[in-house]
Amino acid sequence: MFGDYSLAELGSILVMQGFSGLILFSVFLLMALGLAIIFGQMGVINMAHGEFMILGAYMTYLCSHLFEAYFPSLYSGYFFVAMAVAFIASGALGLLVEWLLIRHLYARPLDTLLATWGLSLIMQQAFRSTFGAREVGVELPQWMMGSLPVAGSIEVQINGLFVMGLTIIITAVVALLLYNSRWGLQVRAVVSNRTMSGAVGIDTRRVDWLTFGLGCGIAGIAGSAFTMIGSTGPTAGQLYIVDTFLVVVFGGAQSLLGTVASAFTISQSQSTLEFFLTGSMAKVLTLLMVIGLLMLRPQGLFVLKVRR
Amino acid sequence: MLAPTALAQQFPTAKVNATGLAVTDTEVTVGILHSVTGTMAISETGSVQAEKLAIEQINAEGGVLGRKIKFIQEDGASDWPTFAEKAKKLLVNDKVASVMGCWTSASRKAVLPVFEQYNGMLYYPTFYEGLEASKNVIYTGQEATQQIIAGLDWVQKEKGAKTFYLLGSDYIWPRTSNKIARKHIENFLKLKVVGEEYFPLGSTQFNSVINKIKLSKPDVIYAIIVGGSNVAFYKQLKAAGIDLNKQTLMTISVTEDEIDGIGGENIVGGYACMKYFQSLDNPNNKAFVAAFKKMWGDKIVIGDVTQAAYLGPWLWKLTVEKAGSFDIDKVAAASPGIEFKGAPEGYVRIHENHHLWSKTRVGRARLDGQYDLIYETAELMEPDPYPKGYQ
Repeated sequence: MFGDYSLAELGSILVMQGFSGLILFSVFLLMALGLAIIFGQMGVINMAHGEFMILGAYMTYLCSHLFEAYFPSLYSGYFFVAMAVAFIASGALGLLVEWLLIRHLYARPLDTLLATWGLSLIMQQAFRSTFGAREVGVELPQWMMGSLPVAGSIEVQINGLFVMGLTIIITAVVALLLYNSRWGLQVRAVVSNRTMSGAVGIDTRRVDWLTFGLGCGIAGIAGSAFTMIGSTGPTAGQLYIVDTFLVVVFGGAQSLLGTVASAFTISQSQSTLEFFLTGSMAKVLTLLMVIGLLMLRPQGLFVLKVRR
Repeated sequence: MLAPTALAQQFPTAKVNATGLAVTDTEVTVGILHSVTGTMAISETGSVQAEKLAIEQINAEGGVLGRKIKFIQEDGASDWPTFAEKAKKLLVNDKVASVMGCWTSASRKAVLPVFEQYNGMLYYPTFYEGLEASKNVIYTGQEATQQIIAGLDWVQKEKGAKTFYLLGSDYIWPRTSNKIARKHIENFLKLKVVGEEYFPLGSTQFNSVINKIKLSKPDVIYAIIVGGSNVAFYKQLKAAGIDLNKQTLMTISVTEDEIDGIGGENIVGGYACMKYFQSLDNPNNKAFVAAFKKMWGDKIVIGDVTQAAYLGPWLWKLTVEKAGSFDIDKVAAASPGIEFKGAPEGYVRIHENHHLWSKTRVGRARLDGQYDLIYETAELMEPDPYPKGYQ
């Protein structure tokens, strides 16, 4: 397949393909971050993670219409407001859900799986009743579309760059929060030993509550960003949930670094394989690789060493 | 109880309903069986709306053999066993005289044995891969050759296309359709397929294949991607700087319904091969679009399958009136040759194989999410669910 092409052409394709891998990495990481916090730190398997993302996407859709109707002059910047709104909406709903549902189930992790799955069905139907069964189109401001010519025939997608930038910022913020704030210290303490943390006066209930809300809020931001590359419909959240769990489990549930490393490994292998094989085969091989590695390292790539 | 109309008296119930269907002196009951919850609700909503509109219009004209149509709606819930179960309920418990329903091939395959065992009549609206023909089903959408061959001929003639890149979601319809497309491209047009690729349903990342397309520079991208993947594919194509005004793209899976989600700006300039576009300029269609919008709201768009679903109740009414009976066997036997001149797509006729003769059309996507009609076949295309030389 390479016979008819000049070296320059091949070079630029290689660069663009590398860039595609990086975009995929950012997408995986962004969608996994919220889940990693909830699953990793609290041990709650949140099956409704995808729906929290789609809530963010719908908020973006609403914002785009609101800005178009009332503040057309600010339209080019609406996306930033939309992301903030998405964070608040998904985060607030997360806090509510934790208070109503999740906190009663901490001792029964398998029941949270069932409960959040039910929640995801409820949310899907709520989206369907509110916004209609059809997918909605989210329009982007002009500057976010198209691609930038870098050199020669190399082009990079603007929305890809945007997602990458966003992912870096959010990962940095989460890392800062976890390792440099009082809340982060408490979270890490609770993860290490819940009973002991309670004994030394940490309000573990409150820590759980905030952690769940933050995880859902980040899912909202991710959903908002993904309106640029994917669809917004009542069941679109289901498209992301499998990959998201894959990244989190593969990375080792309790490690932020593990999530980053796992998103990178999975995205790069998938993107490379996709180029040389076909889409479906790439997926098959990626999954096989993940299964193989998990058989060797059942805890995931990175394991938090804690004495129980 | 309403008094039977004069027309109904001409056709006494005992005579038109010899097999115990839900037919009274004043009413006849039919079933509507689509997904209104679950993944497929996105697609099937339009079909339900079209069928309800057709039933309302038929009733306004006096019904079928003087009897008003009453419908029982069941939800297949995007789950194929549920479809089979609900089909059985409609046929066995409700004794419906016909069923308008199903959308995916999987749901049709699930209900087919039920319809054959309990002798029901299904009007199936979706374009599909063919390789099926049943006495108990009328296929009001196109089978694969009707949707593919004329479009490929057109793109070769008008665009001078020499090379094709085939894409699809990874399940039976895109795979069978691309198989037919490949045979036609290679064996009949003597042109070249430079790539063929499938993606798992729900796939949202297409950057790698877009790079491959950039590398192999095909004259035509032939895309049969469905569902949420569709949106991702066209958004990423656009973001990667592929301008569909310069790069020819032809799809058989994007109707006006899907463009709603994709966004007109992401697919403008692309070509679709269908039998119906909302923008068709004929009196039947204008009346249909106006009535549809009056019933379901001004913002609604109408895609190919929605129109095909609208044909179902009308074809059934015409067939029953020709047969002079609601009995399934008589309706099935009377079906071939039924003509419907009021179809929004123009004149259609039922073939012996229970598919429709209909035209193939090529449309070009506009910024506002509608298609401009670019080309239509001069004659109705014959349905050929078991095409020779394509298998």
